[in-house]
Amino acid sequence: MDTFTIAGKTFASRLIVGTGKYASPAVMVRAHEASGADMITVAVRRVNLDRTTESLLDYIDPSRYFLLPNTAGCYTADEAIRTARLGREVGLSNWVKLEVIGDEKTLFPDNEALLDATRVLVKEGFVVLPYTNDDPIACRKLEDAGAAAVMPLGAPIGSGLGIQNVNNIRIIREFARVPVIVDAGVGTASDASLAMELGADGVLMNTAIAGAQDPVAMAEAMKLAVRAGRLAYLAGRIPRKMYANASSPVEGLVGR
Amino acid sequence: MRIRLNGDPYEIAGPSTVAELLARLEIDARRVAVEHNLVVLKRDAFDRTAIADGDEIEIVNFVGGG
Repeated sequence: MDTFTIAGKTFASRLIVGTGKYASPAVMVRAHEASGADMITVAVRRVNLDRTTESLLDYIDPSRYFLLPNTAGCYTADEAIRTARLGREVGLSNWVKLEVIGDEKTLFPDNEALLDATRVLVKEGFVVLPYTNDDPIACRKLEDAGAAAVMPLGAPIGSGLGIQNVNNIRIIREFARVPVIVDAGVGTASDASLAMELGADGVLMNTAIAGAQDPVAMAEAMKLAVRAGRLAYLAGRIPRKMYANASSPVEGLVGR
Repeated sequence: MRIRLNGDPYEIAGPSTVAELLARLEIDARRVAVEHNLVVLKRDAFDRTAIADGDEIEIVNFVGGG
């Protein structure tokens, strides 16, 4: 049985999806259904005191979806730790997608601060899923610090560039003893398949679905792509060769 | 009394608790987290946490994100 388990919790789907940037809550709900995902990321922000916006939780059934709060937008370990603690109290779960951003333009992680925040939150009993660079050494340090999974980026958040450093993702998978989730950079279904074919245990995405012209159709495409990539990984691909190797018999040809 | 609520000055009739503040703001306490002077409160502490003049309160909830 091919199961996807993080910190002792097993998920049916290896696709994790976000809740940001949707044109409407109704489209988001349908995209979530089409994605087949059972883990969904959310952000933690100040409530709108004039209550002109609807609550996200009006559209997500927490008995159906496992909510993973993130610390997006945090630029220091302290901010991320504070946000993680608040997220825990909103959702009453000790899981966090830990982000400590190092730069506004690229949204690349600040791995030093990320490591500091991981150590503190692990000590406080959090299940920490850090969003990190596609750097095998950074991933190893996070794992040693107690991260429950490592989440290397495929490309910058929201860029849709696909996996830029295929070899690093492969090396990260080979090194890691915790699940590897490719987080960020997916643009289309083949990117998700590639991540899974490289051996990733899961893929996390938001913009690729929410920003597609038809988010519901793209969500289904991603569901199938993640499944296809996983099956191909488990099946074991053929080696790459320089020249052809005929599929049909070379004997018994007519007229020879 | 005057507190700081989500970064902005806010007038509140004292004495008051966090639970009373949420009720006045018509906020469902089950969907938010509250930080009181940089300490994150457990939900069951809302009705016994008194707010004093000059306190800093942050009320957060889940919004869309990736």
